[in-house]
This record gives sequence, structure tokens and C-alpha cells, in this order.
Amino acid sequence: QCPVVHGKEAVWATTRNLMKSCWLLGYLGLARREMAENEALSRRQKVLTIDTMNANIKKVEYAVRGPIVQRAVQIEKELKEGVKKPFNEVIKANIGDAHAMGQRPVTFFRQVLALCSYPELLDDDKFPEDTKYRAQRILKACGGSSIGAYTASQGIECVRQDVSRYIERRDGGVPCDPDNIYLTTGASDGIVTMLKLLTAGEGRTRTGVMIPIPQYPLYSAAIAELGAVQLNYYLDEDKCWGLDISELQRSLQAASKHCNPRVLCIINPGNPTGQVQSRERIEDVIRFAAKERLFLMADEVYQDNVYAEGCKFYSFKKVLYEMGPEYFNTVELASFHSTSKCYMGECGMRGGYMEVINMDSEVKAQLTKLVSVRLCPPVPGQALMALVTNSPQPGEPSHAQFLKERTATLGDLAQKAKLTEEILNTVPGIRCNPVQGAMYSFPQITLPERAIREAKEKGQAPDMFYCMKLLEETGICLVPGSGFGQKEGTYHFRMTILPPADKLKILLSKVKEFHQRFTKCYS
Amino acid sequence: MGFFCGTLLGRQTASAVQSWCARSTRLLRLKDFHNRCSREEREACFLQPPTHPRAHTHTHTHTHTHTHTHTHTHTHTPPTTSAAVSIEEGEEMTENSVVHRGKVLTLGTMNPSVKRVEYAVRGPIVQRAVQLEQELKQGIQKPFTEVIKANIGDCHAMGQQPITFFRQVLALCCYPDLLEDNRFPEDTKTRARRILQACGGGSLGSYSASQGIEIVRQDVARYIEKRDGGIPCNPDNIYLTTGASDGITTMLKLLVSGEGSSRTGVMISIPQYPLYSAALAELSAVQISYYLDEENCWSLAVGELQHALEAARQYCRPRVLCIINPGNPTGQVQSRQCIEDVIKFAAEQNLFLMADEVYQDNVYADGCRFHSFKKVLFEMGSKYSDQVELVSFHSTSKCYMGECGFRAGYMEVVNMDPEVKVQLTKLVSVRLCPPVPGQVLLDLVVNPPLPEEPSYRTFFEERSATLAMLAEKARMTQQILNEVPGITCNPVQGAMYTFPRIQLPPKAIAQAKEKGQAPDMFYCMKLLEETGICLVPGSGFGQRDGTYHFRMTILPPTDKLKIVLAKIKEFHQSFTEQYS
Repeated sequence: QCPVVHGKEAVWATTRNLMKSCWLLGYLGLARREMAENEALSRRQKVLTIDTMNANIKKVEYAVRGPIVQRAVQIEKELKEGVKKPFNEVIKANIGDAHAMGQRPVTFFRQVLALCSYPELLDDDKFPEDTKYRAQRILKACGGSSIGAYTASQGIECVRQDVSRYIERRDGGVPCDPDNIYLTTGASDGIVTMLKLLTAGEGRTRTGVMIPIPQYPLYSAAIAELGAVQLNYYLDEDKCWGLDISELQRSLQAASKHCNPRVLCIINPGNPTGQVQSRERIEDVIRFAAKERLFLMADEVYQDNVYAEGCKFYSFKKVLYEMGPEYFNTVELASFHSTSKCYMGECGMRGGYMEVINMDSEVKAQLTKLVSVRLCPPVPGQALMALVTNSPQPGEPSHAQFLKERTATLGDLAQKAKLTEEILNTVPGIRCNPVQGAMYSFPQITLPERAIREAKEKGQAPDMFYCMKLLEETGICLVPGSGFGQKEGTYHFRMTILPPADKLKILLSKVKEFHQRFTKCYS
Repeated sequence: MGFFCGTLLGRQTASAVQSWCARSTRLLRLKDFHNRCSREEREACFLQPPTHPRAHTHTHTHTHTHTHTHTHTHTHTPPTTSAAVSIEEGEEMTENSVVHRGKVLTLGTMNPSVKRVEYAVRGPIVQRAVQLEQELKQGIQKPFTEVIKANIGDCHAMGQQPITFFRQVLALCCYPDLLEDNRFPEDTKTRARRILQACGGGSLGSYSASQGIEIVRQDVARYIEKRDGGIPCNPDNIYLTTGASDGITTMLKLLVSGEGSSRTGVMISIPQYPLYSAALAELSAVQISYYLDEENCWSLAVGELQHALEAARQYCRPRVLCIINPGNPTGQVQSRQCIEDVIKFAAEQNLFLMADEVYQDNVYADGCRFHSFKKVLFEMGSKYSDQVELVSFHSTSKCYMGECGFRAGYMEVVNMDPEVKVQLTKLVSVRLCPPVPGQVLLDLVVNPPLPEEPSYRTFFEERSATLAMLAEKARMTQQILNEVPGITCNPVQGAMYTFPRIQLPPKAIAQAKEKGQAPDMFYCMKLLEETGICLVPGSGFGQRDGTYHFRMTILPPTDKLKIVLAKIKEFHQSFTEQYS
């Protein structure tokens, strides 16, 4: 038997005796209590202060909603209060929030959601038959036929089946097991959950997680919170933010001395960088992961957002399977998707899924247990995920309109991607890669020495200084490149391509004007 | 190590530790091996020749099982002399135990804190219930025709009807074209318009502020003021959450720090709602158990808090006190006096108070009333209300709403350090925002129809009917269970559960132990197999050593509940007979 247990029992007995005597003391001490209490109160300090809080949380940074956005919200309030500004509206191009930028929700989705929310509408003939059929199917899968019931923690079974059929279709028939699908509260939730599972060890054995730079700051935030080790690999700006295997190798080698690299995260199409990976490159990455024994995390939430000619979205899973059993039987992969991006833009619903491949069955049991503590992902988001993955088929009454809406949205985005790249590249001192996919442009900006110095004097990153000035002068809210990471000595900003075309044009010309003014002012 | 000490001194945990140790022994040997060898040596054991410092997968496949692993490593390792030491060091070493296995992520290499998480409410018994349901569907004969899940407070699944007003507004918000429709009362449209106006682009599909939509937070603040008889509430102190669970976990996350004997200790009631123990395990915080007094209707005695605290001070830094009122799983409603005592205690002992008040409308017993911690705190005068740090949680999942699937809730933070508040806001921003449909629902809960509005009557009737029904079922449950010899049950004063104590015959206990099961798990599993009724064993919530309980919700419709109770009665009698 374990010696600890004996030791424990001894401590136990002491504790119990101690507790008994405390009981007595407690009664005797009642009178003294009041005094002690006053004394204690008078020297009471806060329990939770910046010094006593979880140190990892302090290290968390999330630029997309950071100080610049807080200032933007303030300015909006000031405008409402009638404070005079050199602009009359704040334009938030900081976040991929499609509906907030005027993108219309897909009618079919919203009709079904309304039916699920208030099933009495099922007898209303304003709703097409296929919306009713979908709503009934979802409701039947809910406890008590209500979206107010908890679902299985992994997600409603029929939704997971829809998701797996969708993946099979997308990947040209590569099989997908609904048991490998976990519905999530947006992709962020899935990513954090997976990283949580993967983080272990201390000191030199602590889990290292490889992430691209520039990255989407959810990754660095989650890694900081979990106390994991962030390992940067740099995307090649000169090659349209391409991923170079030798750079992965370099990063891994450097890291092996101080941690245990176990995870490789890829964002494709890229956020904030907008590149779309070629099939070949994905193959290289998978080979690298296999060789170096890395768990692959593929963030594929922009899978429908591919605009550039000659570019196509390849899922990591599909490529993995096409590489043969040597790979698809061994490489561990988690892929993430969401209802927030693509043509849906339903960020507020917090819908998403992840598919896990080659996950150890014991670990899978642990994952299922872990997600059960949070009961279930929001059911409206699950319903939406079902609709996204099981959209109207040709022949169904909603099909024509659905197709029209989806095509229009994606066409619009493609046009705006081109427009953004073109206009920004006309500005001397701004250089911008093509926006092949996703929803962002991440141009490099040349900043005059004097501006850099002044920023540093203020303790600000130079591109933060730039973006803050832009916000104050034009009302345009962008996120400085420093929030995503960039090669030292380079400066960028991230801008979404989401504003409506006419507004986007104004925005771009304002950025152009500002950049010229700024450069002049600090030269 | 903090976790380990916590377990060490938790009151009922000696046996848990024992089984934990047994489970870990295999792992420990492996860890110990890793302690003694360098990485190179380890690799040499498994792979010859080592080609590349990190290239070791392909020659070793999944055929190496766990058992293989451990025997193998053991041969390189003298038996451990101190298990305690190897546990401590072993924590650091798990990482490399993948050396010879195919997978990067295994039970041996995963986050050890996650492994320690347990959540009984959705544990093995519920998994078996789901299986049974599937078997029934496939036509397999069982001694019952239906599985009744009385394991979880899932109101709608048990037939409770959603509130019409809530769902109408939600439908309007999802599909605003319906605003033209005259089947919706005017007040539902006004609400929907107001909410949509507060959403970016007039759509529920936009992200909201990470703290929650501002007007919803304002409505919550006004609701709290009204509830607490005018005590002011600042909307800036309100954070909307993804269900109360999300808020509770977030707050604990902020609060946990330190290492070893300075690791944060969190006091939780036993029996507890296992979200708490799960979150503490995940965060590697130290769980400090204080016991509720079953003989006094699960009440809380400050003396007991004191003992638990003093004992814990020797191995951790107690900083947080969690209270669930009305109680889950125990159904007690705290008196105003008791709340005052708790606040005084927290003030004296410098504890951060977390008040889980999600059942605030679920109070049934005569003479019982819900008092919010905030209200009592402020009535105790500025000596307390200026200082004691408190966070209170609420949710749309319970009360008369039962809208669990929407994952909505809020927390109010009182006296939080402004710098920490900035950190909290930053932390929640990483997850962007709570689900917007849930935020809408919460807004409707805190801002329901007014008497002069068209939806008021239906709303009022529906709410009253639901709450009255729950009160009746609470009484009925208590009454019927107490008729059974060997079952004793405290009154269900509030919340949605009964947590009766069951007398188990020694033979049953012995048999359970042989099977490596907790005796009440053995009991509940048998109940499930024989009657189709799914309950959660008391061991999942914690209970005094040597006592056994189960948690059962009072939610099934009255007629079904009667059948459930009659079946339990019958089962308990036959079980007792069988094992006597």
C-alpha cells in the first residue's frame, strides 16, 4: 500500500482532534469575536488584487478588443453626447463582425431559428416547407422538443451527423465519424479546450505550442492563460505570407532546448494575413508534424472565404487522407470550424465544431468528460450549425434564395478583398499582399523614424501610436500589427474588408490620406 | 503539490486518495524512471539507434500498450521508496512518457489537472442511461419501457413549457420580418426592436461587447435594485455569462494563484454542486470542504466554516468562500441570520465571497424566503458593504424559466479592485462575447411584461403555474420518500432537488466495494438497470463518510413523479431485502 495514505491518515486524525477542540474554543470565544472582527476589518485589504490574482491571466493580451477598441467605444459615446470630432462616425474595421458591418443574415437560417424559438409558428404559412421540416427535425432531437433543454455535452446527435456528412461531402468522400465531432461555443471554445488538454509538464518539459506570426491573438492569449510555451514561426511576408518548412524547423529546434514542443497550430485561410495555403504546402506541414511528432491544430474557420484566382481551400483532413495510411492512421489532428465567418457571419450565436482525428480513445473519454462540466454548447448555435452543414438542397423551396444570398455575400467579399489590396497598394509607404482569403488585410506600413521615437517615448508600440492617431483623426478603428506579432522592425495593421463597398472606399481613401499626412508630419 | 495537500486533508478523501494512488502507481513507476534517466538514455531504451532528437515515432506504433509500457520501464527502475516524492516529481515527467508510443496526446501526457476533473451529474450513470435508451429503441427487452432522467435540472426536457413571451420575442429577434406580423402582441415587438437596436447592424448575429450588451446590463442592474429593495447596482459591475457555470469558472480562474502552501484554497460546501470541485481540479486550486448539517436541514454553521478554514491554513492559503443558496443538491434555503454570519465570517477571515444564487425564485417552504447576499451585505452597514468582496451568480436555466439550452447568465461583482476588474474585462474579451440569444433571454427575464402590458397576464399565469407546480412536487417528493423505511429526506425548501439519505445493508456495501464502486453508485446503477430511473449517487456531490445519498430532481410531471417515487420505494425495499 501507498505510504502516503498512512501519512495522510495520521494527519487526518490530528486534524479531526484539532477540529473538536476548535468547537469548544469557538463557543468560548464568541464574546471575543466582536472585538476580533472589528480589528480584522480595520486592517482588511482586498482579497483579490493585481498582486494576488492569477499571474497567468495578467499575461493574457487580446488586441482585437484591446485599448484601441475601448477608445473607439469612448469616442462613440462622446459623439452621441455631441462632442465635436473631425468625423461623425466611428468605423470599426478591427474585428470580423460581418452583420455589424451590414452583411444580411441568410433568410433560411433565421426562419428556422424563429420556428425553433417559437414552434407555434409551424402552422404559419409564411414559412417555406423546408424551414418547417428542418425546425421539426431539430426540435425532435431536443429534450421536451425545446431548445431550452440541455443537449448532450458533445452536441445534439443529429447535428453531429449533419456535420459529419458535410465534412464527407466537402472532402470528396473521406469518411467522417460523428463521434469525432464536438460542437463548441464558437471555434475559440474548441481551440482553448484542445490546448487545455495538451498542456502538461513543468520547466523544460512544459508543452510548447507552435503558432504562426502574425497570429490570431486567441492563440497567444490561451497559451498565456494555460502557462504553456509559445513558439513562434514566422510567415514569409515577401512570399504572400507563405509558410516555410525550414522556418518551422528552425523554430522547433530553438524551442527544443527549453520546452517540449508538442503542438503545431495552422490558420488556413490565414488570420490576420489572408493567405490561402496550397495543397503541397499542407502536405509538407503534415509530413513535418508526423516526423516531429506534433499534434496538429487546423483553424479552418474561413474555409468558404477564398477569393483569389488559382487559390482553393484544402482541408487538412482531406490532404491527410490522401497522403495514405502511413499518415492518416497516425497523425493526430483537430480541425475547427465556426458559424461566425464564411458567408454566415453569425458571430453572436457562438456556434462551431471541432473534428478530432486519431485521438487516443482514453484521451477522448477525458475530452468528453471535460466538456460535460460546461453542460452543453448554446443550443441556438447548435441549431445554426445544423443548418450551415445541411443547407437547402436543389429542389427545396428555400434553395434558390439561399443560393442567391450566399453567392451575393461571397461575391461581395471577393470584390472588397480586391478593392482593399488595390487601393492600399497605391499609397506610398503601404505595402499589401493580396487578400487571397479570410476577411482581413494586413499591410506593412513604413513609419518615419521620428514617429517611432515619439511612440517609444510614450511607451507605445509604433503601430499602436499610428492606429491611435488614425482613430482620433478619422474615426477609423484598426488593430496595430503588434497585437498579432510581426518581424521586429516592421509595422502593420489589420483591417477587415467587411464594411459595405461604398463605405470601404471612403475608409480606404481616408487611410491613404492619413498615412500621407502622418508621414509628412513626422518626416 | 497544492492539489495534493488539499486532497490530503479533505475530510472524506482518505479513501479517494487511496484509490487515486492505486491508479497512479503504474504511472508513478514510469515517472520515476524518467526522473532517473536522461532523455537520451530513455530514448536509447526504446529506440536504437536514435536517429534525430525528436524523430522517434515511426519505428514504434500503437501496438505498445500501457501495460507493456509499465512493465518495460519498471525493469529499468528500482522500486520507489517514497511514493509521495515520485508523485511530486512525476508530475513534471509525464511529458516524456510518449517516447515509444505513437500518439502525441495520451492519458500519460495530457494535462494532469484535466484528468482529475470529475462531473457526476453527467458521469458514468448518465452514459449508461443513454445506452439503455438506445437499447430500448433497438427493441431490446427491459423491465421498463422508458428511461426517466431525474439526474439533472433540465426543466424543459421534463415537460416544463417555455414562457410564451420569452419565445415570441426571441422569434422576432431571430427573424425580424415577423415584426410585421399581427399575431405578436405589441409589447413583444417593442422589446424585440429595443434589443435589435442595441445589436450591431440590428442583428443577433453580431458580436456584442464582451461584458454583454449594455442595455441588458442596465436592465439587470435595475432588476437587482428592485429585488434588493433599492440597494443601488451599477451596470458596470454586471458581466453577462455563458450560463452561471461560465461566470463561476471565470471568477475562480482569476482568484487562483500561488504555489505550495500559498496556493489558493477555496471553501465549498459538502454536499456541493460538482461544477465547483471540477473547476478547482482543473485549476489545481485547493478544495476546502465544509460540511452542511444534514440533521439541521442541511444548514450551515459558522463553527464548521471555522474548523475547515483553520485546518486548511496549514497547507494552503484560503481566499474564497463559495455558498450555494438555495442549495444544490441539498435544497435548503438560508436564513437571513445565517447569511449575516457568513458575511461576518468572510469579512473577519479575509475571504472573497462567491454566492451561487441561481435558484433565487425556487423557494417553496413556508417561512422560507430568498435573501440575496448583496442585500444582506448592504443592510449590515458600510463597515461591511464598503469592504467585503462579493460576486453573485444568476442564470436563465433555473427558476421558472428553465431555459438551460440558451446558456445565459450574469454575475455581479461588488467591491472588486478596479485593476482586477480591468483584468476580468480583458479576460472575458478573449472569448469575444456570451451567446447573444441568451443575452436577449436574460434581458426578458430581468425585464418581464409589466401589469399594463398585453403579455402580462399570460406571462404571470405561466410563471405562477410553473412555480406552484414545483412547490407541490417538492412537498410530494419529501413526503413519499420519507414513508420509505431506510430513506430519510429533508424538506425541499428550495431549488429543484431532493438529496435523501439512504440506509444500505452492509452486504451491499461490501459487494460494491468488491466491484470498486461507491456503494451509492452501486445502488443507483442497480436502480437504473431495474427501473430505468436515472439518479446521481451522493458520492458525486460529496457526503460525510459512511453516509449514502442520491440526488433526484423534482422536475418530472406530477403523475410521472408519483410513479418514479413509487418505483424507488419498491426498489429500495427489494434492494434492502436482497442484501440483508
